[in-house]
Formats: sequence, C-alpha cells, structure tokens
Amino acid sequence: MIVVINYGMGNLRSVVKTLEKAGADVLITSDSNEIEKARGIVLPGVGEFSKTMENLKKLNILETLSNSILKGIPYLGICLGLQLLFTESEEGNGSQGLNIIKGKVKRFVNNMKIPHMGWNQIKIRNKKCKILEEIPDNSYFYFAHSYYAIPEDKHVIVATTDYGIEFVSIIQKGNILGTQFHPEKSSELGLKIIKNFCQLVYR
Amino acid sequence: MLARRIIPCLDVKDGRVVKGTHFVNLKDAGDPVEIASLYSKEGADEIVFLDITATIENRDIILKIVEKTAEQVFIPLTVGGGIKGIKDITLLLQNGADKVSINTAAVKNPKLIKESAERFGSQCIVVAIDAKKNVVNKNCTWEVYINAGKTPTSIDVIKWAKTVEEMGAGEILLTSIDADGTNQGYDIELTKIVSETVNIPVIASGGAGTPEHIYEVLTIGKADAALTASILHYGKYTIKDIKQYLKNKNIPVRI
Repeated sequence: MIVVINYGMGNLRSVVKTLEKAGADVLITSDSNEIEKARGIVLPGVGEFSKTMENLKKLNILETLSNSILKGIPYLGICLGLQLLFTESEEGNGSQGLNIIKGKVKRFVNNMKIPHMGWNQIKIRNKKCKILEEIPDNSYFYFAHSYYAIPEDKHVIVATTDYGIEFVSIIQKGNILGTQFHPEKSSELGLKIIKNFCQLVYR
Repeated sequence: MLARRIIPCLDVKDGRVVKGTHFVNLKDAGDPVEIASLYSKEGADEIVFLDITATIENRDIILKIVEKTAEQVFIPLTVGGGIKGIKDITLLLQNGADKVSINTAAVKNPKLIKESAERFGSQCIVVAIDAKKNVVNKNCTWEVYINAGKTPTSIDVIKWAKTVEEMGAGEILLTSIDADGTNQGYDIELTKIVSETVNIPVIASGGAGTPEHIYEVLTIGKADAALTASILHYGKYTIKDIKQYLKNKNIPVRI
C-alpha cells in the first residue's frame, strides 16, 4: 500500500490516478496508523509551507511521517512535499520544516516572472538515480512554484533546472525522493517517474 | 529553459463542448473529456475548460467532467466560468482541477483573490481579464469588462492587472474582446503592456488565426503562454503544427 497524505489542500486526484495507473494500491489518508503500515509514502504539495506544517501537526501525523521516512520507507515528495523535507523556508517568515535534509528553501529573486510556471527541462546530475530510469536528459516537466530548495549536501542533487538560476529539481537521499515539478501533471514522462517510484516501493 | 505554453480552451455548456466539434476521429465530438485527451496527446501544455452553462441547476455537471478529465488527462487543467466564491473553488480543486480562473467575482470582490491565494496557493489562482479598447477616455486605454464581456466597469486594465498581482494571483489570462473571434491576431499592444507591467505570467487570449499570430504574441507581445480556440477546433492547424512552427523560429516549446 502506498499512502497519499491528505492535509486538506488542493487536487489529490491526479496523483492517486497516476499511482493506480502504475499498478499501486493507493490509500488517501491523514491517519497515522495507516502511515505507519505503508510501504510507500507520497506527499503531494500544494499550499503554503508554514500552513502545511501546521496542518500536519494538527492532524497529529508529523512525527509518524518523519519516523517512517527515517526508518527507510520509500518517500516521494512532490513540489512542497520536497521542500518540507528541508530545515527551514523563507515562506511564512522562516518556518521550520522536517529537517530530514539539511538546507534552506528560498524564494526566487531574479528578474524572472514568479511563480515559475509551466514546462521546463531537467539537467540530470546523477544518472544512477532509479527514479530517472528511461528518462532522457533535458526532458520537460511541469513546474508551478515560487520557492526552491538549496541542500547543504550537494550529493543529494539528482537533477537541476534553469530559471535565471540553476535550482535543484530532483533530490534523493537513500529512500527519500523529491521532485520540485509535478510528475502527476507531466504527461507520459511524469507517469514514468511515478512508475519508477512504484518499482522502488514494490521491488 | 522554460517553454512557452500552448493552451487549448474548450467552451463547455451543460456538459458538452459547444465549439470545435469538427473532429473526424472522435467517437463523441462533443465530449469534453475525449477532446481534452486528444489535445493532451497532440502536445497541449495545459487545458482550459470555460463553463458557459447558463443555469445554476446544471453547474454540478462541470464537476463530473473535471473529475473524469483529471483521471485520464495528466497535464494541468484550469476551470473558469461562473466561479462565485471559495466554495466553488474548493469543489473544483477537490474534483481534480489544478487551477481556477476567476473573472467577474474578482472584480466585484477583489478580496476573493487574496483569500483564495492564501488558502490554496497563488499557483492555482488565475485571474481572467476581459479587455476592450476605450477610444473615448484617454486615462483608460483598455477597459475591464465583466459578465462574459457584456458589462463595462470603467476600470483600467493596467491598473487592475497590478491589483490582481498584489492580491496574489498566480497568472493573468488576458482576453482582448476586440480581437476575440476575429482570427486576425492577438491584441499585441495590450498583451505587451500588461506583460511588462506585472511580474506574474500572462496568458494571451483572443484572435489567433495562424501560427504566426501566436509567434507574434509570444515575442513582440511578451506573453508567457497563448490560449487558442478556433484555430485548433476547426482542424486548420494542430498543436504539433503550431509548436513546430514556433520551434523553427527558435521559440522554446515542449515537443
């Protein structure tokens, strides 16, 4: 069972459907017992950093989520789901994140339009990452965000994307994966990323 | 590099697509789900549904369509038309829309932009602006119209564009009422001035008749994306044709 964490925001339907298409059993939940039993965890991200952290606290799942990730359960964080792994974010005046990956989340300040919205390419920095199986370099994925993560440990960087600056668009640290883009909204190649994640869960 | 987007817009009335049903290879040419799926396969970067259902009783139909589309089409889906408040937005997002486009309700109550952006994130709040050239009043070169382009507001488009950005809109969908339906090209001047005024993406709409028109609005007009309707619906050009044309002219597109 792969759980998709529901913290009361936005569209979960697309991510659930892509996981099901990839052959996964999926449960949408905000119940810590279910999260504890899960073989894989997906945290899709829309919304604001500090409010989402608050929501996760209110739902009493912050600790369980953190423990499961640290225990080695495959985790896929999408967009905000990637950013929440980090130490802190500028969004909401220095809110604390899960601090599982050391680093900061910053707002774009270059002279580009914000949000960074639309299809952009990834530059693969770590070809060995399983999530990128059969994904060509320079492939396009769908982004919709105003903040980006800066990891302290550069070894976690799997891919980067150019938007005035080069920012991190995929990270991996062992069982922990994160994409700044939305694979569930990125057509065929996005589905492939979701499939690759499912294979890591069910291998 | 960030690609420029080509976004087909489908007018949906009581659950059926009312324009652009001239496809030969569809089982049901009026079915929004099937048309959205076809456009996605052809390389559309997003899909917009504009719900032009007249009666309140039939408003739930769009939710079912959104739900079905989100289960089959894995590119971003924006829904506009008749959105009155937070409740409508919540329902659309829960049923599988990624963004909502607000127009009249935003003009009547600009706080709705702020409230919804804070609640759901700016990235899913599109403000649609219908603009018409005003030849009489020199202080208002383009005027904002509401109620599907029927009612003038005496609000200046450029000022309104700044306001919606400040309120937290993630994108502006800018339609030229003058150009809409003409197939003679976008209002380049309008698009350029709005795009230069705000620091959020601008989607140009109204007037596309050829790939060259799209090229013009993305370059001279500085639009981040182009909304297209009849140019695609009547089979004159496919999304592939348009994107290939743009690529040949060195515009970054996702092919």
